[in-house]
Amino acid sequence: MSEPRGPLLFKDIDTPNLTAIDTYRRGGGYETLAAVLGKKSPDECIEIVKASGLRGRGGAGFPTGMKWGFVPKQTPKAKYLVCNADESEPGTFKDRELMEKNPHLLIEGMILSAYAIQANTAYLYLRGEFAQIERSVTRAIAEARAAGLLGENILGSGFRLAFHTHLGAGAYICGEETALLSSLEGFRGQPRLKPPFPAVEGLYASPTVVNNVETLMNVPHILEHGAAWFRQWGTEKSAGTKILSVSGPVRRPGNYEIPMGMPLRRLLDDLCGGMRDGLKIKAVIPGGSSVPPLPASLLDTGLDYESMNAAGTFLGSGGVIVIDDRTCLVDALWNITRFYRHESCGKCTPCREGTYWMEEVLARLERGEGRERDIDLLNDVADNILGKSFCALGDAAAMPVMGFIKHFRPEFEYHVTHKRCLANRRRESLAEVMA
Amino acid sequence: MSGTLLSVDAPAQWPAGARAQIDEVLTHYPNTRSAILPVMWIAQREWGWLSPAVLRLVADTVGLPETEVFGVATFYTMFNLTPIGRHHLQVCMTLSCSLLGADRLFGHLEHQLGIGHGETTPDGRFTLRRVECLAACGGGPCLQVNETYHENLDEAKVDRLLETLQ
Ligand SMILES: Cc1cc2nc3c(=O)[nH]c(=O)nc-3n(C[C@H](O)[C@H](O)[C@H](O)COP(=O)(O)O)c2cc1C
Ligand code: SF4
Ligand code: FES
Repeated sequence: MSEPRGPLLFKDIDTPNLTAIDTYRRGGGYETLAAVLGKKSPDECIEIVKASGLRGRGGAGFPTGMKWGFVPKQTPKAKYLVCNADESEPGTFKDRELMEKNPHLLIEGMILSAYAIQANTAYLYLRGEFAQIERSVTRAIAEARAAGLLGENILGSGFRLAFHTHLGAGAYICGEETALLSSLEGFRGQPRLKPPFPAVEGLYASPTVVNNVETLMNVPHILEHGAAWFRQWGTEKSAGTKILSVSGPVRRPGNYEIPMGMPLRRLLDDLCGGMRDGLKIKAVIPGGSSVPPLPASLLDTGLDYESMNAAGTFLGSGGVIVIDDRTCLVDALWNITRFYRHESCGKCTPCREGTYWMEEVLARLERGEGRERDIDLLNDVADNILGKSFCALGDAAAMPVMGFIKHFRPEFEYHVTHKRCLANRRRESLAEVMA
Repeated sequence: MSGTLLSVDAPAQWPAGARAQIDEVLTHYPNTRSAILPVMWIAQREWGWLSPAVLRLVADTVGLPETEVFGVATFYTMFNLTPIGRHHLQVCMTLSCSLLGADRLFGHLEHQLGIGHGETTPDGRFTLRRVECLAACGGGPCLQVNETYHENLDEAKVDRLLETLQ
């Protein structure tokens, strides 16, 4: 056996044929379900998850047990559990590997979580590009159903759960939980006003918990071993492990499960083997393209929620994008901003117009047609989006712009004065920019 | 599977297999409206693209006005509202892939196929499209051919891939 790739979610991830229920069971799979259903009360489960300190792995880091606690106990309405498998934050590719290799852990996590909030219907919302994963998860669901783990009276506990997958169709905004619910209800995937929060009024105006794939896959481990055991990894406020998706020109890109708090530099140097081709790190975006970058001088920052916030950024979804010294940051930021302009749902003005203008200005800077005041203009537009948009996509578009300018302003100024990139290994000539 | 280039002829009804899938999918939700995306997927797998006639059929099936269905179909990027080639090459252009050469790879594909973004080769074999992050950033540059991922690409690998796609 080779070294396990991580302590929890990645412990057995490379076991051959783990997608088959028999293999999963041989490793102890579904034993937690049997030990919990009808034996621990739903409230006990919520309390254990609260005590574990588990926080949402989808980006916002909201305490999971607390979110579950907001679901009303007495309600005539149906309750729902929705798993967010939209995985559309650029730089993030962990949920895809988790679902491809270990669908039964997700199913077990969803049954346990549905039990804790007493939901009788669960949906797994997958981004449209995951059609093949939808098919393999559907096979796993059928296996679980045949084994009496889904459907009516699960394992004789009296608890019942209907479980369905739902395939999106290409729209980043559908990762935002209220837009996801609109999409699931058959509307255009546009966000809704919060409050009311989904826990109170979500899918079909009923109490709904939306959690990320990685979040839900932690639940069986926590309910099996307890809160204290889970807290042996991570820090006081960032308990457990986090899967980091590392991309960019490092030697070994990929997903890594690390105890939270590990310095970013250790992840990049020791686990990812450093940079390729003699390149050096210029900037690292630690939490998916929506968060501000860290300059190379801040690589000792810990990979946990608090340390990242103290360094002016976020752990976010854990999409670590490494940018090398021969990449033009104006070009990189242009790419990011183009993404948000494309993905803005158009519902509110600051985001719709702001992303348009930021992209226009960055394109002109990159073409060497920028003016001195463009840099301040960018900051200004970003400031008019940040905190003033209907949903968090606006902030996600504004924060990288402000962060790149804050840390790398001289590179933007160089572009204005010299009308070209300081470095750009990806483009040989200005003609390529204009193309 | 997304099939060959199709004519705009109106499909009056669902083939039996598709109808059975739809009946099953409708049991997943408390109302028919929620089935709109799954039903459109079933249609796209059946006909390759969503012609106006197909969208009318979808509207009838979920009991919504045609304009509503059209509004939903156009919100998403993955529904083909024009005919599509047998092999839909969807090349990720977002940051991580771009850092690893996606722009050059896309240019290479344009050159090899003689078509640009959103275009289909005259023989209906390939449609080429730029797309956003596919959640395969660690294997960039990457693309999807219909539903299948291909990662860690370079020009030589892409050339070999094209040969296998008849
Ligand atoms: C623009 C935008 C995109 C998002 N995309 C995702 C996503 O792809 N996957 C995800 O789990 N959460 C995403 N989120 C966060 C969700 O809104 C929500 O907070 C999360 O699914 C809650 O689950 P968690 O508490 O387990 O993290 C996104 C948020 C925003 C604002
Ligand atoms: S912030 Fe952007 S994505 Fe969010 S509602 Fe406004 S326009 Fe839509
Ligand atoms: S950036 Fe290309 S797959 Fe994510």
